[in-house]
Amino acid sequence: MSTTQVYRIWIKSTPEKIWAAITDPEWNTRYGYAAPQFYELHKGGRFHSIASQEMKDYAAANNFTMEDTIADGEILEVDPPRRLVQTWRMLMDPTTAAEPFTTLTYDIEDSGPGVCRLTVTHELTGAPAHAALVQGTTEPGAEGGGGWAWVLSDLKSLLETGATLAA
Amino acid sequence: MTDDDRVFDDRVFKALADPSRRFLLDLLFARDGRTLTELESELSMTRFGVAKHLRVLEEAGLVVVRRSGREKLHYLNPVPIRQIHDRWIDKYTEHQVTALIDLKRQLEEEP
Repeated sequence: MSTTQVYRIWIKSTPEKIWAAITDPEWNTRYGYAAPQFYELHKGGRFHSIASQEMKDYAAANNFTMEDTIADGEILEVDPPRRLVQTWRMLMDPTTAAEPFTTLTYDIEDSGPGVCRLTVTHELTGAPAHAALVQGTTEPGAEGGGGWAWVLSDLKSLLETGATLAA
Repeated sequence: MTDDDRVFDDRVFKALADPSRRFLLDLLFARDGRTLTELESELSMTRFGVAKHLRVLEEAGLVVVRRSGREKLHYLNPVPIRQIHDRWIDKYTEHQVTALIDLKRQLEEEP
């Protein structure tokens, strides 16, 4: 398999709203894994994501500790509301935490009236555990393991209908 | 479900209706980021024919083309399949479907 994964979705929304849904913790806690993600939106700025209360409760109930910071990285390129490039590493799991940073690119393009095309390109060189994680599983019903395809479907659902798939 | 979603579904189902296009998706599932030349070598079909099938897959959103220097690389985009799953499979008694798929798998695996 190639070390690059590409995910594309068409969303009936504006580039500004999609940009906010990715970079603003007010929005990015409302779909996907629902862990708040913080962006310092300038080149060299910090990215990090912290465990949600739900994740901490789950960890406590299953006798393991959840670190506060569950993902980190650096902002490489910012062009709102069109393009965001960042490094990304998942810290929740010791295997992914030991892998090198991966690179994530978000491209938001116009595609017909009122419709945008969002493309996520994930470079995963030397990071097979990350690759397996973001590719997700095809097991029906395994929402949490759905990877990018599931996260983007949920994002589309939130922006178009105001409700997420889990709701 | 909006009209756009319906048009999109139509394109995905039409793209998936052809065995050569499903074969191309299977090739990209096994290893993606391939060029037209690489994909063409796996099918007994003209370059023109393969390019046409790839175009249909791209229009349905099932394949994403990225430029890398002078090459055009083809990637499988699993998102539309996920959406079909969420919209159709989920809706119609997923539990029973899963049980039947498991049964089929078990029966076929038996020697």
